Amino acid sequence: MCGPGSDHSHGPTPAGADLNVDLLEENNDTAQRNRLRLDLAGVRCINLMSGPGAGKTSLLERTLAAIQGRMQTAVVEGDMTTELDAERLRAYGVPVVAITTGRACHLDADLMANGLTQLEQAGSLERFDLLFVENVGNLVCPAEFALGEHTRVALVAVTEGEDKPLKYPLMFRCADCVVVTKLDLLPYLRFDLPHLIAHIHQVNPHIPVFALSAETGEGMEPWLEWLQTEVAGIGTQPVVATL
Amino acid sequence: MPHEVDMTRALILSLRDWHAGQSKSHPIRRVLLLVGQFTGVEPDLLRSAFARQKLDTAFLREAELVIRESPFVAHCRGCNQDYQPDIGLRYACPTCGAAMDEIRSGRELKIERVEWADDDVTG
Repeated sequence: MCGPGSDHSHGPTPAGADLNVDLLEENNDTAQRNRLRLDLAGVRCINLMSGPGAGKTSLLERTLAAIQGRMQTAVVEGDMTTELDAERLRAYGVPVVAITTGRACHLDADLMANGLTQLEQAGSLERFDLLFVENVGNLVCPAEFALGEHTRVALVAVTEGEDKPLKYPLMFRCADCVVVTKLDLLPYLRFDLPHLIAHIHQVNPHIPVFALSAETGEGMEPWLEWLQTEVAGIGTQPVVATL
Repeated sequence: MPHEVDMTRALILSLRDWHAGQSKSHPIRRVLLLVGQFTGVEPDLLRSAFARQKLDTAFLREAELVIRESPFVAHCRGCNQDYQPDIGLRYACPTCGAAMDEIRSGRELKIERVEWADDDVTG
C-alpha cells in the first residue's frame, strides 16, 4: 500500500495537503447537534440495534406496555417494513415517527434529525422522558453511524447462536448494554447462554447483559430497572462511541 | 445498498468542502484514506463506490483512491503487551485470556491526504 509521499511514477510533480479528517465527521457533527437538542429537552435517547428478526419491535412493545403512564415515551422507527409495525407500537399510546423507506441499511444522523423535527411538529420534545430509536436490522452498519443517542443497546436472539458476538464484534463493542431475546425458545435449542455471555464479554468486558423473553415477560424486570436508571441520566455516554 | 456507498458520499462531501475553500482549483489526482481493520468498512466496496461516484464530480473525475489499512491491535494491561485479535474467532489476550479491554489501532476511518498535479490548474 502506498503512503503519503510514496512513489508517483509519471506526470507532473505532485503537490498535496494533509487533511486528517474523519470520514464520518459530518455525520458526527450532526449527531452532536441531535444530542444537544435531546439534552436541552431533557430526553434520554436509546438506540436499539440488532440483526433482522432479533425482536426489537417485540421488546419495544413489551417495554412500552410496562412503562405506560410512568415515562413519557416516543419512538423513532427506522426498521419499518410496513405501517403495521408502527401501528403495533402506537397501540401503546406513544407517538411513532418512521424515518426510512426500507432500503437503507442503517440510520444516520440526518435521518435522526428529521425524526426529531417530525416529533416536534406536535409540540416540544420536552414532553418526553425517553425516546427509543429502532435502528435498521443489520449487525454491521448501524454501529458506525452515531445518531446523537445517549445509549446503544444491542439485541441478540438465542436463535442466532452463541457465536454472533465473535462474528459481529463491532456491534457488541459499540453497545452499552446487550439484551438477549427469545429466552422462551431455549428448551427447543442447543444453545448455551453462559457461552454467549462469555463471548459478549470477550469483546466488551464490562457491558451489562440482560436475558429475557418479550413473549412470556421472563427477565423483563432487571431490564426495566436498568431503563429507569438510564432515564435518570446515570452513565452518560459520548456521542461517538469510544472503544 | 452497502453502507460504503454512504461512506463514499460523506467522503466526497468532505473533499468538496475542502476543495471549495482552496484558492486555486486543481483537479485532485489522489485521495489517501486510512481504514482500520476493526471498522464495518470493506476497502474493496469503498473503492468501487468511489470509482462510480467520482464520475459525478469534476474535481475528482481523475482521482485515484489509495487506501491504507491499519491493523486491529488490542492491548492487554495485565500482560502489558499488544496483540492482534483473531477477527471472527477470538478477541481475548492470547497469553492470559483476559477479555479485550483496550483497542490501540484498527478503528480509524480517516481522510489523510489529497494530492494534485501542480501544473494542471483549471480555473
